Amino acid sequence: MEGPSSTGVSNRKLAMWTFIGSECMLFGTLIATYLIYRGRNVVGPYPDELLNIPFITVTTFVLLMSSLMMVLALAAIERNDLKKTKIWLFMTALFGLIFLGGQYYEFNHFVHEGLPLSRNLFSSTFFVLTGTHGGHVAGGVIWLGTLFVRATQGKLDATHAETVEIAGLYWHFVDVIWIVLFTLIYLLV
Amino acid sequence: MTASEHALDNGDAGVHEGLYAGGIWSWVTTVDHKRIGILYFLTSLVFLLVAGVEGQLLRLQLARPENRFLDPDLYNQLFTMHGTTMVFFAGMPLIVAFFNFVVPLQIGARDVAFPRLNALSYWLFLFAGLFLYSSVPLRAMPDGGWFAYMPLTSSEYSPGLGMDFYVLSLLLAGIGTIAGGVNFFVTILNMRAPGMRFMRLPLFTWMALIVSVLILLAFPPFTVGLVFMMFDRSFGTHFFDAAAGADPVLWQHLFWVFGHPEVYILILPAFGVVSDVIPAFSRKSLFGYPVVVFSGILIAFLGFGVWVHHMFSVGLGPVVNAVFGGATMLIAIPTGIKIFNWIATMWGGQIRFNTPMLFAIGLVGSFTIGGLSGVMHASPPADLQQTDTYFVVAHFHYVLIGGTVFGLFSGLYYWFPKATGRMLSEALGKAHFWLTFIAFNVTFFPMHFSGLLGMPRRTFTYAEGLGLDVFNLISTIGAFMFTFAFIPLFLNLWRAWRKGEPAGANPWDAPTLEWTVSSPPPHYNFAVIPTVDRRDPLWHPHIEVGLGWAGEVEPGGVSPRVQPKEPPEPVHMPDPSYWPLVMGIGMLVMTAGALGSLGVVLLGLAVTMLGLFGWAFEPSESGAH
Repeated sequence: MEGPSSTGVSNRKLAMWTFIGSECMLFGTLIATYLIYRGRNVVGPYPDELLNIPFITVTTFVLLMSSLMMVLALAAIERNDLKKTKIWLFMTALFGLIFLGGQYYEFNHFVHEGLPLSRNLFSSTFFVLTGTHGGHVAGGVIWLGTLFVRATQGKLDATHAETVEIAGLYWHFVDVIWIVLFTLIYLLV
Repeated sequence: MTASEHALDNGDAGVHEGLYAGGIWSWVTTVDHKRIGILYFLTSLVFLLVAGVEGQLLRLQLARPENRFLDPDLYNQLFTMHGTTMVFFAGMPLIVAFFNFVVPLQIGARDVAFPRLNALSYWLFLFAGLFLYSSVPLRAMPDGGWFAYMPLTSSEYSPGLGMDFYVLSLLLAGIGTIAGGVNFFVTILNMRAPGMRFMRLPLFTWMALIVSVLILLAFPPFTVGLVFMMFDRSFGTHFFDAAAGADPVLWQHLFWVFGHPEVYILILPAFGVVSDVIPAFSRKSLFGYPVVVFSGILIAFLGFGVWVHHMFSVGLGPVVNAVFGGATMLIAIPTGIKIFNWIATMWGGQIRFNTPMLFAIGLVGSFTIGGLSGVMHASPPADLQQTDTYFVVAHFHYVLIGGTVFGLFSGLYYWFPKATGRMLSEALGKAHFWLTFIAFNVTFFPMHFSGLLGMPRRTFTYAEGLGLDVFNLISTIGAFMFTFAFIPLFLNLWRAWRKGEPAGANPWDAPTLEWTVSSPPPHYNFAVIPTVDRRDPLWHPHIEVGLGWAGEVEPGGVSPRVQPKEPPEPVHMPDPSYWPLVMGIGMLVMTAGALGSLGVVLLGLAVTMLGLFGWAFEPSESGAH
């Protein structure tokens, strides 16, 4: 029951923008907490001993490239080029997975270096903040993967361009959040 | 004009057909905003009663000094459950019940933007409430107060499952609330009938829009705070652990940066009800409509900049306290504007003192008292004397009962005929109003005195001879009267449901769109989506030609105000769906598993994903109705 839209934007797209607005408060709170507690650890290991900036720069690059793939997927489905749509959706999800793999490796590495979740303030704020972001990436990967499967089943065509667009809105938002996190956690260490 | 004459209008649908037809399964799978509204209403009424009984037990304990009716431990659990239930499982869902039933009808829509998401919000509210109360048979009720200050609520000082029930149930409820915020924001922005511009929206819908924004911006910080608390309690993190370099006051900031907007989430809808009821019963359009709208927006905006007034005694410093005290006092301005606009609306109007109007006027008076004591403790030096005393308890019960509850009662009497097609008894309604009004003041007015005499809240008893005995006894007597005051309400609801007079489409000669459809409204609400050309669309055509108000002319007629009996074209409505319920059950299982079983969490996750995919791939509508 898609009624007439008073604003000219569809309900679903408006809902995604609204949700993103609410998510800004969620990440804003997490980021503020991280910043307030920065440098207040009473026991190590400390962030500058652990954070591997070159490694995360690579996974950050991968995540940013996935946003490019997302744009290409949307452009393809808007042209009704279903073959390219499939390819780019797959690549977006795959790059998201690679990013998650990097995060898994990083978390594991930290734990082995003596920083389990309950170690200190840095471990608490770092794992919960980046873990929340990772959870969002994982949700996006499932969403994009589902779209990819639908596309291979031939159930996704140009009439679903907006569905891909909305998934893209979410994906780009999650990317933008990562840029903020990368800057505040890694570059400002 | 009596209600039975109105039955001649097109609004003569019977109570037990249409909206209320069908068995349990049709209610379980419903995505109709009206039915979901009724489910919200009935469920939150039960929670209201339970929390009321808890409050009653607290008053019983405080009836006399050195009482041993409740032990301190149980007392702590009861005041925590009373506050938490009233705010999250009675007050807010009761408001959402009205959003659900009224908002689509007021904007000329056939449903909300996302009917299945709406159903999910309801299930999450119900399940979160049941989950919280499952702590009762387990004898593990939370006992840290509804604002659950750290470090009192850490696993060190609150061992056991009590606060885990609090954290997890509010996380679950919060997801449903945020989903509801998205839903109503999009609905009001996007599903208005042609010509229903923003400055023509009925005030109740305006306040629903503002409250949706408040929910969307205020709940995430609370969610994050709850997640921190859960991690501290369950996984040994240090978000509120001073020994690890953290600051426990962070919890207070996160809680109140949500908690103060929450206060406006609870009161603005009541203001919206009153802003619709007072004009209808004064037969006069709302005085200064744009000013009332913008003062609502201003209250919401300022509401995000005053949270520290809950924390004056923390000692954040004179500058911080002064700034937040000043900002708090500013809120009195838009609130006062609303009060004067309601009075000016009544001024010179043809006032009818029906029950909705009595509760509306009751709000104007009682809320003003609560607002004034609010301005008193907006001043940090005064607050340092009053904080954590019964003076504050008196204050927030005046705004929450004298404001929110009176507003919601007003809305209940106002829209009950629309929801059921039956009129409530005026005699019983007036008895309910006067009993409630008197009992409420007898209960809470003496608390101003016991508070100023220094009686602390959340303390299970007090010593004899401090001058507190009489005030407490009066409060307890008032509380019993308050419980008694619910009898005429339930008698009235039961009686009206059984054999109330038919209401007709517009029993109150009210001016807004919900009164153009039959009572109860058909499944599709509007056979023809109306076109709106002015504010108060049911009044002005007649005022222009000098005929008085709508309803006095053309019984059963076909003027543009009256809906045809049958839709001229097929109407597409969303199909019922059980997937929201499946998803809700999955999320409940996850929540329960979070008490200590990873396996159960994963099982819940699987069910949630099943519900999500079933939902995503279900065609949302089939044929026309």
